[in-house]
This record gives sequence, structure tokens and C-alpha cells, in this order.
Amino acid sequence: MLLEVKGLTTVFHMKEGAVRAVQNASFQAGKGEVLAIVGESGSGKSVTSLSIMGLVGEQGTVESGRILYKGEDLLKASKKRMQQLRGNEISMIFQEPMTSLNPVHSIRKQLVEAITTHKNATKQEAEEHALEMLDFVGIPSPKARMGNYPHEMSGGMRQRVMIAMALSCDPQLLIADEPTTALDVTIQAQIMDLLHGLKERLGMGMILITHDLGIVAETADRVAVMYCGRIVEEAPVKELFEEPLHPYTRGLIASIPRLDVSVKRLPVIRGMVPDPTLVPKGCSFSDRCDYCEDKCKRDVPGLASVSPTRKVRCFQRAGILEEKDEKDEKGGAACQN
Amino acid sequence: MPELAPLVQVKSLSKSFVLERSWGGKPTSVLKAVDNISFSVAKGEVFGLVGESGCGKTTIGKLICGMFSPDSGQILYDGRDITHLNQKERRSLCTEIQFIFQDPYSSLNPRMTVWQTLSEPIAINGLLPKSEIGKRVDKLLDCVGLASYTKSRYPHEFSGGQRQRIGIARALALNPKFIVCDEPVSALDVSIQAQVLNLLADLKDEFGLTYIFIAHGLNVIKHLSDRVAVMYLGKIMETAPKEGLSNPINPYTKALMSAIPIPDPNRKRERILLSGDVPSPINPGPGCRFASRCFAASPECSLSEPPAQEYEKGHFASCFNAAPAN
Amino acid sequence: MSDSIKKSSPAADAWHVLKQSKSAMLGLIIIVFLFLLALGGKLILPHDPYIGSMAENFQPPSAAHWMGTDELGRDILSRIIDGTRISLRVGIVSVLAALVVGTALGATAAYYGKRVDMIIMRFMDMMLAIPDILLAIAIMAALGPGIDKAIIAISFVTIPQYARIVRGCVLSVKESDYIAAARLVGNKDWRIIARHILPNVASAIIVRSTLGISSAILDAAALGFLGLGVQPPYAEWGTMLGSGRLYIFNAPYIVVFPGLAITITVLAFNLFGDGLRDALDPKGKIR
Repeated sequence: MLLEVKGLTTVFHMKEGAVRAVQNASFQAGKGEVLAIVGESGSGKSVTSLSIMGLVGEQGTVESGRILYKGEDLLKASKKRMQQLRGNEISMIFQEPMTSLNPVHSIRKQLVEAITTHKNATKQEAEEHALEMLDFVGIPSPKARMGNYPHEMSGGMRQRVMIAMALSCDPQLLIADEPTTALDVTIQAQIMDLLHGLKERLGMGMILITHDLGIVAETADRVAVMYCGRIVEEAPVKELFEEPLHPYTRGLIASIPRLDVSVKRLPVIRGMVPDPTLVPKGCSFSDRCDYCEDKCKRDVPGLASVSPTRKVRCFQRAGILEEKDEKDEKGGAACQN
Repeated sequence: MPELAPLVQVKSLSKSFVLERSWGGKPTSVLKAVDNISFSVAKGEVFGLVGESGCGKTTIGKLICGMFSPDSGQILYDGRDITHLNQKERRSLCTEIQFIFQDPYSSLNPRMTVWQTLSEPIAINGLLPKSEIGKRVDKLLDCVGLASYTKSRYPHEFSGGQRQRIGIARALALNPKFIVCDEPVSALDVSIQAQVLNLLADLKDEFGLTYIFIAHGLNVIKHLSDRVAVMYLGKIMETAPKEGLSNPINPYTKALMSAIPIPDPNRKRERILLSGDVPSPINPGPGCRFASRCFAASPECSLSEPPAQEYEKGHFASCFNAAPAN
Repeated sequence: MSDSIKKSSPAADAWHVLKQSKSAMLGLIIIVFLFLLALGGKLILPHDPYIGSMAENFQPPSAAHWMGTDELGRDILSRIIDGTRISLRVGIVSVLAALVVGTALGATAAYYGKRVDMIIMRFMDMMLAIPDILLAIAIMAALGPGIDKAIIAISFVTIPQYARIVRGCVLSVKESDYIAAARLVGNKDWRIIARHILPNVASAIIVRSTLGISSAILDAAALGFLGLGVQPPYAEWGTMLGSGRLYIFNAPYIVVFPGLAITITVLAFNLFGDGLRDALDPKGKIR
């Protein structure tokens, strides 16, 4: 296994008290596989990725858990080792490329620097490699683009440069944190297509962090759904969309307006994501859940395996499954027209 | 759809912004945000404007509300020309036309409580005697699904979705007949988007409102709108009734449709990937705006602008190379 | 939002942050103390600040005269206490006057822009091109000496500072969506400025005025020192310094104590002003 995260808990110490941004998260990402971590704001999906990269910042600490990259625990790795891993083996691309590219250096300088610090290459070789990378990520006339500064490029182009930089040292694992959220839809399609193609060609593992279930459906192999710091459901992408088990996942999938299906009213999840300091005591979703019972308010359900490939964190899943069967018998897809 | 009297008519509306001037004051760099656009919105209709950033959809909304003044063209509201109004006339329209902003964080005055935000419009326009304003504010909050005890709070005490509800309540405070909704859900979380979309639909039915609904997501637009106009760089590329959208004619609409990810892994579609970026709308050349990225472009596309043609009833598209609807 | 969160207003939040700053609280305590002295000082004066006996002149600090006596035998402590009233009055009134005029000018310039902005701000630039104290001296020379005239001179020369700050803040606020919304619901211009824009630039203005009080007190002292401001026998601290400077070598306490009074007052307003800036600056907030 390329990456194995076990019981990861990351805590932020704030004025209002400690906030568990990620609680007891466990998942795996294999070679050539896309694992999507889906969630809304405050779900802890970004903190999870930052924890893996060792970049949680000063207010946050990884309280417990293990992050095994090819068997090596990243939480025990030295600062130097982490730096080595970060460029060479694990790379990350961020939502807003403008904030992660240095505005005062040209693309050439930044790419060459990224390559020479992690690879044993002369400046000349690095420059050639940089050119190759820009071409590789589909930037037209890369030679001319090398001299540009970030602000001279469009959002889509900047994201491509970010990807070129992230891939310049042939990482084995790529973490993409909302890579297309800041982009227009037609550009988003280009970037997702590019990422997908690169993954296929390079055979790397990818963790895709997003709030967009459409992107998940089109690119991911496996999905982990996060809510209030906990993974509430994990499943292969097809099974998740065909039959979501957790009430939150179901609500989320149902509430997206779709191009191919027309409904008069959208089904909604009532209420809203709780303030991180005020998450309900038992199941964090209990205050918004239609299936909630006393037990849900009291105890935190465990992430239980329901099949060899699927896990769900819910006390009521048996009841939910029964109800779904009933519905199917009644004639199924009532909402499709 | 039965022929209804148009509530809002926009006739060859244009607006450009001068970005740079030469020393003599001559404009050297002009952004054509809205370029010769016409459409009309019937009473009770939801007219969707969709497009990517920089296509001019928000500018149209702001032109109608008088936040900008157009360079040329005409805006008619209920048959009356409201293109160029003085401040007093514009103020008198506030009980007719309202606006819902995209960003719920910058659209509420941080120093005013909910009560102040909602009672002010009613008070300054003298719609109700002072004693009845309280009841009205409670009613407004109830309409948008907020408890009345929240009215003494300040905006920072609310989440994004709740703030958007307050913004909607403010727009409703003056009983307008027409509201421009400028990307009202794009800043919100997925599970909150559906709530707000439903709320907007309910309010429309309850108060008989007419909307111009602006968004960049075709799925959101299609859900709420009766008729949709697809915009690209200041031009309308295609106007279609909602049902017609599943049968797009203009190549840009086709590409936009196929770029929207569908949350269903079993529906693998043929993707139309556009090459290149959205070009800047600064100093555009002649011809179709989309020609530089279009997969169906022919030489004539970059020479002159394609006129709008009706392909089906109410379904217009501007393209030289569009195949007639099949 | 849950009900368990206690209601908070922007002002309450700012006070919460302010309370945690030790230096701001120290400044506040000194300021409150100075105000009490200014209001009730008359009741605790150990001696008459204006009548002394020549027999007791140049006395070093002692049990009878804690800070000694000046060249006319007047008790320095009493004079400093009495001077508090004058200094605070000059500081606060001149800042208020400059603030009102500066805010009106700055807000008008920013809100209407274009030619209005051009005319007002170029005039402000012209004023800023002349050193404050020089301009104040020129005005005093024209008006003649006196407390009220010192206040007029100081407030006049500081108007551009407030106008510029207010203009900058208004420019950034006026493009906000909530201002557009306010216009859309039928607010008139003056109401938008007064009810929607100014409350949102108030924090910057408050911070600047608090710091402005200290510089106004310094300016008044400087004018007094030069013999242009408050005239003897009034116990203005700067005037005391000015008339005491002749005796600085043989009776240093004559100038040390008024100087200390100025320093402490200015420091207190600066400490408090800095604390206020941290408390009111939205970027300093956690969320």
C-alpha cells in the first residue's frame, strides 16, 4: 500500500477551546488509484491532507494516529526527511495557485528551483526538464511561457504550472486539494482531464480533495465522505453513488441539481454544518438526520464494514437499507422523469 | 409557455469599461462587458443567465438595477423606459426591482443588526407606520426561515447560508415584483445550496415574483429557470426554454453542458474539451467571440458576427455552423 | 448558530480584546485618572495655583510642596493639576473640531469622487505641504494668543490628517455590496454616508483621534512653550515649561514635572490608541 492513514486525529487549539478538525480518520491510497475525500467546509478534508504533508501549521497538532507512506511513519520522520519526501515522493497542488506560486519570480526560476532542490540536476538539465513539464501539462508555447510571471497567466494556466511543478520530481503520490474550485467550468474540465491522464500515464496514487460530487463521480475510484472531522462513509465510487448508505451522503447526493434529471423541489439536508466548537455529542450528524434516534445523540457510531469494500459510520444503516428496498419495490426511480 | 406581457425588456444593451486611457484621455483598452444584448423577461418567469467568469452576466443584472449606466440600448420595465433615470426616479423603483448579491459576507452591513438591515428599507420608504414594522420584519424572517429572536444579532454571528437568507429577506422587504439574483448560491456549501434554491422557488410562487437568475453552473440554472440564455464574452450565444437545453445548438453551449460533471459514475459521456482559455473580453476583434476556441469554426466565423436564428419555437442560437435541431 | 453562543456586538467584541491588552488598560487607567483630575482637581488642590509668595520661590520638592515652587513661589503640583484641565480641553476640543470638519471633507471627497475629490484633496495636500507647527504659528500670529485660538489653530492644521484617513476608508467601503444594497432599497446619499459608510470607518477614525489627542496636547505645549498659546498666568504645561526654561540649571524641578506630565499624558493616549487599533482592526480577529 502506498499510503496508509490510521486513526489520524488533528487538533487545533483556538481561543474557544480545542477543535478536533480530524478525528480518528483511517484510509488507504494505492498506486494508480484516485481516492476522493469529499466534504463541505469544516469537514476536515483539507486538514487531513495538510496532516499528511506535515503542514498543519503552528496552531494545529497531530494528536494521535499513524501516517504510513510505504511503511514509513511520516509523523515520526525528521524535518529533513519530510522535506525530502515532500518534493520527491509526495506532491500537493492547492486550490488557489496564485497563493502558492511566488509572485516575484518567473515561472522558469520557480520550476528550476523546484527541480534542482529535489533532483541531482544541473541548471541546464533542470531547465530542459522544466520545459518538458510545461509541455507535458499542455501549456501552449512553453518556451515563451517560461519567462512569464504568475500574474501574467490566467487561472487555468497557473493551475497547470502548479501541476507541472508538483509533478516535476515524479511523485508517487499526488494530493490535489480542490484543484479546480477557483476555475471556470470549461477550464475545470480541462484540468480534471489533464490530472486524470497524468495519473494514468505516471501510475501515481492520487488523493483528490473536493466538495464537488460531480468531479468525484467522474474521476475517483474510491471515496471517503467526511463530516465534522470524521469519515462517515467509505466506498468504491460506483457503489457509493448507486446506493449511498450514510444519511449524510444520501442527502448530499440528492441535493445537487442535475442536468439530466429535473425535479420540482430539491431534497435538502435540514439545518447546517455545526460550528466546529459545537458539534453534537453523539453522532455529529444527529441534529440534521431524519433517522436520528436517542442512541445517535448519545454515542458515536463506529466506522463499520458492511461489505468487503464498504464502510459506514451509522447506527441506523440497517433501517435505511430496508426502507430503500421498500421504495424500490414500489416502482423505484420516482424522481427521474 | 403562454405569451405573457414582458415585465422587463432589454434592447441592444451595451456597456464597456475603459481600463486604460492614453495621456490625451483617449481610451486605449476597452472591456466590452455587455455587447448589444436584447432579451425580455415575462411576468412570473425565471430567466436564467449562465456563463463563465467575464461573460458579462453580472453586469447585465447591475445595469437593470441601475448600479451602472449603459453606453447604449434601452431597458424597459413594465413598458416604461428606465435606461437613464435620475436619483429620485431610481429610488422610486426600489419597491419594484431588487437585487440579491453573490457574496453573503460583503452584502450585509457588519455594523447593523438584522433588525436594522430589514426595517430600514420599510422605514425610509414609509411603507408602513412605525408600529407595524416589527410585525413585518418578523414575517420577513419567517419567510426566509429564520427565527425572529435572531433579529438583534449582527451579521458575523450567522453562517453563510443564514446570511444569504437575510440578504433575501432584505430584497423582499419592499415587496418588489422583480428580483435579480446574482449567483445567490455559488458561495454556499453544497447542502445549503439546495435549501436556498428551494427557498427562492417557494418565494417566487408565494409572492408571484419574476427573477433574472444569474449563475455559472448550468445545473443550478436549469433547475430554477424557465428560460435560459447562455452568454460568452458579452454576447448571448443561445436562448432556449429549459427543455431545449438538453438539445443545445451552439457549440459553446454544447461544450458547457458537457463540462459540467454529473454526480453519477455510470453516466460516462463524450466530453467536449475546449482548447485554450477564455480569451479576455478586452478589445475583441470582429466575428464570433467563440471562434478562437470553437471546434466547429469555419473561416467566416472570424469575419462577421453570426445573427441569432430561431431553430425551434423560442429556441434561438447564434452560429453559422450549427446543424438544425434534430 | 447555536443559542449557547452569547450575543455579541462589534463594540462588545472590541472591548473584550481591549481588556486583554495590559498596556492599553494602563493607558486607560491613566486617562481616567487625568479626567478625574481635570474635573475634580479643584477640590484637592494643595495650594492656590495662581497665587504664591515670592518668599517661597524656587523651593525644591518638600513635604509642603511635593513638586517644589516656581519662580513666583506658586506650588508646581497645584499648577500641574490645574493644567490637566487646560491640556485635556485643548487636546479633546481641537481633535473633535478637526475630526468633524475632516470627516465631512474626506467623506464628501471619497463619496462623490471626480472633481469634488480633486478640489478638496488638492487643498488638503497644500495644507499638508506646510509643517504643522509653522502653520499653527502663522495662524496664532494672525489670531493672537489665547486658549481658544490655540484650539482653532491646532484643529485647523490637523484637518487634512483626518480628511485623508476618512477618504481612504470611505473609498474602500463605498464599493462594498452592502452599500449598493443600501442604495437599492432607496437610501438617499446623505443617509448612506451617515448610516452605512461612517459606522464602518468609525474604528479607524476613533483610533486616529485617540492618537491625535496626544499630538494635539504636544502641539499646544509647543505653542505654549513658544509663548504663543495659552498665556501666563494660566497653568498650561507647555507655558510652564516655557517660562521655567530660564531656571533649568538651578531649579530643574520647575521644568521636570510639567515635562513629565506632558510625557505621561501623551504616553497614556498613545498606549490606549494602540490598544484600540488592535481591538478594532478586523484583521486582528480570530475569525
